[in-house]
Amino acid sequence: MGEHHGPMKGIKRWLYATNHKDIGAMYLWFSFIMFLTGGALAMVIRAELMYPGLQLVDPNFFNQMTTTHGLIMVFGAVMPGFVGLANYMVPLMIGAPDMALPRLNNWSFWILPFAFSLLIFSIIQSFLGIADAPNFGWTFYAPLSTKYGPASTDFFIFSVHMMGISSIMGAVNVIVTIFNLRAPGMTLMKMPLFVWTWLITAFLLIAVMPVLAGAVTMMLTDRHFGTSFFDAAGGGDPVLFQHVFWFFGHPEVYIMILPAFGIVSAIIPTFARKPLFGYASMVYATASIAFLSFVVWAHHMFTVGLPLAGNLFYMYMTMLIAVPTGVKVFNWVATMWRGSMSFEVPMLFAIAFVILFTIGGFSGLMLAITPVDQQYHDTYFVVAHFHYVLVSGAVFSIIAGVYYWLPKWTGRMYNIGLAKLHFWCSLIFVNLLFFPMHFVGLAGMPRRYSDYSLQFADFNWWISIGGFGFGLSQLILLWILIDVCFRKKGEAVSDQVWDGADGLEWTLPSPAPYHSFSTPPVVK
Amino acid sequence: MQSLAKRCSAIGLALATVTSSSVFAEWQLDMTPGVTDISQQVFDMHRTMLWWCVAIGIVVFGAMFYSMIKHRHSKGHKAAQFHESTTVEIIWTIVPFLILILMAIPATKVLIAMSDTSESALTVKITGSQWKWHYEYLDWEGEGGIGVDYYSVLSTPSEEVIRPALASGLFPKNTAKDSYRADGNYPEQSELYKRDVDKPLVIPTGRKVRFLITSDDVIHSWWVPDFAIKKDAIPGFINELWTEVPDDKPGLYRGQCAELCGKDHAFMPVVVDARPVAEFEQWLADAKEAQKAADLAAASSLDKTFSKEELMAEGEKHYLARCSACHQANGQGLPPTFPALAGSAIAVGPVADHIDIVNNGKNAMPAFSSMLSPKEIAAIVTYERNAWGNTPSDGVDVVQPRDVAK
Repeated sequence: MGEHHGPMKGIKRWLYATNHKDIGAMYLWFSFIMFLTGGALAMVIRAELMYPGLQLVDPNFFNQMTTTHGLIMVFGAVMPGFVGLANYMVPLMIGAPDMALPRLNNWSFWILPFAFSLLIFSIIQSFLGIADAPNFGWTFYAPLSTKYGPASTDFFIFSVHMMGISSIMGAVNVIVTIFNLRAPGMTLMKMPLFVWTWLITAFLLIAVMPVLAGAVTMMLTDRHFGTSFFDAAGGGDPVLFQHVFWFFGHPEVYIMILPAFGIVSAIIPTFARKPLFGYASMVYATASIAFLSFVVWAHHMFTVGLPLAGNLFYMYMTMLIAVPTGVKVFNWVATMWRGSMSFEVPMLFAIAFVILFTIGGFSGLMLAITPVDQQYHDTYFVVAHFHYVLVSGAVFSIIAGVYYWLPKWTGRMYNIGLAKLHFWCSLIFVNLLFFPMHFVGLAGMPRRYSDYSLQFADFNWWISIGGFGFGLSQLILLWILIDVCFRKKGEAVSDQVWDGADGLEWTLPSPAPYHSFSTPPVVK
Repeated sequence: MQSLAKRCSAIGLALATVTSSSVFAEWQLDMTPGVTDISQQVFDMHRTMLWWCVAIGIVVFGAMFYSMIKHRHSKGHKAAQFHESTTVEIIWTIVPFLILILMAIPATKVLIAMSDTSESALTVKITGSQWKWHYEYLDWEGEGGIGVDYYSVLSTPSEEVIRPALASGLFPKNTAKDSYRADGNYPEQSELYKRDVDKPLVIPTGRKVRFLITSDDVIHSWWVPDFAIKKDAIPGFINELWTEVPDDKPGLYRGQCAELCGKDHAFMPVVVDARPVAEFEQWLADAKEAQKAADLAAASSLDKTFSKEELMAEGEKHYLARCSACHQANGQGLPPTFPALAGSAIAVGPVADHIDIVNNGKNAMPAFSSMLSPKEIAAIVTYERNAWGNTPSDGVDVVQPRDVAK
């Protein structure tokens, strides 16, 4: 079978790729390159913030760094990372031969390099001192991004449009694949949780990416075609922008965390050698979180002057999210309870995920309380919160997933010693980086500050050390991946790879053949 | 895994020290309790939430670590195979829900109190603009038409702020090259570095003060942690908030802009000077007189003719305070957003265009005619037409206040 349908040779294999494993691999490499790029921008931020005063970059450039760091990490690193894992793993987990729409799949990937080239082009222009990159924060609030935005805002708008098209097509593909290509016997309630979380994520993407596209289109017409959607002087409303943005933005947050729940729900049972506790409640909790994500957006706007009734409603709804999220954490703990645990690298990252994500969840609950949020709002407390859920949450889960499935992808075991070093360095530095941000935030340091007053100096120095350490630690991962993917180092692994692993992907040979499940397996 | 356990206990310790922040006077770990009744309630609620989270964390992480230590494959622990329990799952859905209700009740009460801006004694309008605050006294004890308003600007000198590490200045456009000191011997930053302003907002203690907040350009956010109030200043909108500083807590309270508002977002602090009512009334009366005198002086300046030297000296002072954030002290600007003035078509071109742009603004540049007196604008224009080697092409190198007020 495979002899006639092997991969094409050379660059064509990648340009014309329709194979879900090739496209998945490209997504993952793309995500990792963006992760390092966005990380490099964060290093500029941390270098400037190491000491009070302006030592290295001018404040306008500083704002460009925070803006593009956020955009690249959210849209370039985390989202494509999860799409890559979905591409690679969903067909293997449901016993499908490929994604349902392979050519669409090719297009949804290949749009991304163009989208990010535009954004990175504006950053390079800025580095060369030619023109400013977007400098209004990743949330691009009007009118700072419309009337006051630099010329490169138009690059940014076009770039976001393309990212949106890519995400929507990717989401359509995931939904069509899951609904149509499941192996006989694979009922919905037998699907692995990663598949479930991605199915729900895909619906969120289809619901909100058009809203984001609408927001940037309104920006475009405000900037160039004389409309005043967001300009009070023309009868528009700057707060409307925030409503539209966060109607996208809050579900977006869950787009970046639901697949993480799926990955962790695959890894913990494997290394606890015990089935996932409360599978059905996990599915319902995921669906509840997704539903609630549409009715909490204004908790990002507690200081814009909403009416009292609005502030109360969004506070109550936001607090409610703690219930299904709590259920998930309790289920993971119950899965570990009385298991037979071992602590291979994927498990280390998964456990770190549960603990650190929960810390991010705690600060999230505190932020939900409107009167207190008005103190936390726009301070480093918020920065600490969302980095706990996105870095030690989403990013750790992607890394855990890569360490978990990499042997299945390559047929070789990566360098475990280095991987453990990567884990411990990441763990220590990520906390040194983000934990003190809670303190400076509570003490009153606003976010997006190019400079701060003296009482924040000591912690900021430590935060910068944590930042440099965390950044450098990721080079260990780069080396591990090069070693096992390109230098073909590492011992061959069995089909099972991990002795407690369960699921269709582990019934395939390692590495998984280029075409798998051409004849569907039967799930009992 | 022991080291993981250690790390977690370190986090626990760090959380525990949060309660004894007085020990760490310089290393403030926790929220400011503040001085008003509302800020105290907010602080108490923050503490309550924190302790709930710590307690839940101890239970959840405790169970996890117990399990990780006891239920190990390497110790030969055999895995149980249970995978659901409806009872347990219902309990851990209901209990958190009940805890949330306990949290929501006080939060609702405080929020309702914070929203009540009625029956205030003083009303002040606050207008944010890049990168300063404008305070306008509208109403004191039912009496309007006070006629006191002023701008409040960062007073930290730029030598304390701009301290390039490299001779090429600040990346990427090599700004502030002139500020570079090869010996690295920059002036020491004062205790109030970046937190002090030229004119604080003065309010009375023991009286409810209502603020009306808006913006001239982008969104800003006015925040004083000691009062636990933060509200966005949005162009085209007027937001309301209020505070009441207790009689026994007069003093200076400091805050900052909390919403990204462009390049100098980090450089527009808020300072509130709360004074006993009698002192406040005295201050207000003085301010009224001073404002009247300033208006008279501005009017009389129109008939006077000032020397170039006088205008240049005053112009430099105002330029550094008002213009140099964007156009830079050396007149090189930060192109393309903030154009250079040295040799620019405006600064050496026809004087009418030069005066027009300073009076009325353009794009991101505000209209200064509403902020500065004709004499101040005349001084700035004169300075810009002569500084940095500029030579006006129309030969007009001195501008008088009457030229500006035309």
